[in-house]
Amino acid sequence: MSAAGPLAELVVGRHAGTDGYVRLDVDADVWTALAQGCAAGAHDLSALWADGGVDGGWMRMALGGEGLRAIVSLRTEAGAYPSVAAHHAPAMRLERAMRDLHGVRPVGLPDSRPWLDHGRWPGRQSDARYEFLTAEGEGLHQIAVGPVHAGIIEPGHFRFIANGETVVRLEERLGYVHKGVEGLLTGADIARGAGIVGRISGDSTVAYAWAYARAIESALGWTVPPRAVLLRGIMAELERLSHHINDVGAICNDASVLTINARCTLQREDMLAVADACFGHRLMMDRIVPGGVVADLSADGAGRIRGLLARIEETRAEVLRVYDSMPSLQDRTVTTGIVSADLVRQYAAGGFVGRAAGRAFDARKNFPYAPYDQLPLDLKTRTTSDVDGRLLVRMDEIVESLKIVGLMLDRLAPGDIRSDGPPPVAGEGAALVEAFRGDVFMSVRIAADGRLARVHARDASWFQWPLLEAAVEGNIVADFPLCNKSFNCSYSGHDL
Amino acid sequence: MRSFLIDALLKGKATIAPPAAGTAALEEVARALGERARQRLGRSLSIREIDAGSCNGCELEINALNNPVYDIERFGLKFVASPRHADVLLVTGPVTWNMREALLRTYNAAPEPKWVVALGDCAANCGVFAGSPAVVGPLADVLPVDLHVPGCPPAPLEIVKGLLALIEARAPGP
Repeated sequence: MSAAGPLAELVVGRHAGTDGYVRLDVDADVWTALAQGCAAGAHDLSALWADGGVDGGWMRMALGGEGLRAIVSLRTEAGAYPSVAAHHAPAMRLERAMRDLHGVRPVGLPDSRPWLDHGRWPGRQSDARYEFLTAEGEGLHQIAVGPVHAGIIEPGHFRFIANGETVVRLEERLGYVHKGVEGLLTGADIARGAGIVGRISGDSTVAYAWAYARAIESALGWTVPPRAVLLRGIMAELERLSHHINDVGAICNDASVLTINARCTLQREDMLAVADACFGHRLMMDRIVPGGVVADLSADGAGRIRGLLARIEETRAEVLRVYDSMPSLQDRTVTTGIVSADLVRQYAAGGFVGRAAGRAFDARKNFPYAPYDQLPLDLKTRTTSDVDGRLLVRMDEIVESLKIVGLMLDRLAPGDIRSDGPPPVAGEGAALVEAFRGDVFMSVRIAADGRLARVHARDASWFQWPLLEAAVEGNIVADFPLCNKSFNCSYSGHDL
Repeated sequence: MRSFLIDALLKGKATIAPPAAGTAALEEVARALGERARQRLGRSLSIREIDAGSCNGCELEINALNNPVYDIERFGLKFVASPRHADVLLVTGPVTWNMREALLRTYNAAPEPKWVVALGDCAANCGVFAGSPAVVGPLADVLPVDLHVPGCPPAPLEIVKGLLALIEARAPGP
């Protein structure tokens, strides 16, 4: 990531909105130059979405560089525009999805297969067969897995091409839980929008609700009371902690170490019970709304959370000690599922997938938002980029989260938890929020009547799923669950 | 590892006392039994979970059933990896068009007699996703449903109460 290149030149002298994004319209040449800049590593592709339909619509691209963020817009010609993926592969699934959902035509898109459209939607049924990529060689066989998996997880299809035990190629096929989120949001009012956004990926409901609230607030110039900002931070960190400890257990479970998993699931249950007692919902759904939060934290509740923090630290330390003492467990995790640092950089993969490969990016740190701008958060990275590395990054992050939750509780002063801003008017806003998996990007455009004209949410998984394919290559089939769990990508957040 | 065992001995049992089966769930199951003239399934049920379009919230709470607090296997309820081994299909989410076929195939793969539980508000009425053209509709539009467990997502204890009704319920009549 460097500030040099076309993006830095473009945004020079321009003012960013209150959301930190510089917005500008570009022509097709500049658009393509920016796509090439992504490929060259001059800046990161953060999101890519269609807005305004096929006729007279736009393609928008969110880009990030060193300390700068921009949303560039290109007017499409009857839906046609130059493909970004033609230059920068990480845009591939984004463009395939936008084509399926909005009818835009990325000219030069290298992969013309549909992505979210499985030929099942009313009025668009098709019996066309989905052609998986192939591999050639002697002794290769295919293993088809899913969409209904053996465990209690979301649906998706994995097509393995294996040579004996070794995976030669994995190809994912997603979109099974596509619920038409973007369509439902268009025309919805702001309150209904919050309910839908909180269920784009239920495991990250706090992060999504927060990203949506911030985008709405910057579009409308609403302010949030300081107490609400801290409560949002506390909820977001509790959400992160609950998944980190749970997934560490789940990874160990996939290596048949059930005792660690039992301990971790017990700790997670403790967290959810505290969240329920403090905020009125185990997953803290619908607690963050534009303008503030709807659940206050009592003094008793703050005490409960402090007690919880001590128990989590005790669990973390003990689980890590046991993990470190088991060579048979580490034999499964160390050097398993390695993704190259170059690929991670190219895909600008966020979260622990990026940080385990040395990519020092965390939205809380790189584009800090309140309350993180006032908190001493250490960015933890590792470089092994294997299952073990991703697990240990999460262990490191537990320590950081515990530390800053304590600080947020210290700073919690009495006050309002929600402010009523002026009535909604036309406006645009965007936000980047660090969910447990990585950065969630949210863009909202509000129409003059105060309803949502366009909402786009980009889960961190869009840039992590493709890397899982790379991570599995050359590993044995039996290690796929470990690799998969160490990524724990979202299906629902991706399928929209 | 030893520390976990010592800890468990010192801190005592984490598992909570079994709740009674939910009243509403018992009534619904008894009704389904009466209407469909089915046998009581006995004290051991194998459950196949199917996400037919969920946001993953319900899955998190279903997974919690296996933690030491709820420890669902003590009731004879067990999650299985294949529909071929299942007595109960536990389905979440509004049924999406993209999952409809996989859901039907999974249902058809389960041997008779089988029961279908619609878990969560989405499976009951599509929740916030109602009206989306990408969604077929509530689960009852696709499969015969024997029991609904409401909630967004339902808390694990509510799921346990609902599932216990499957074990406790007896067909009405002589």
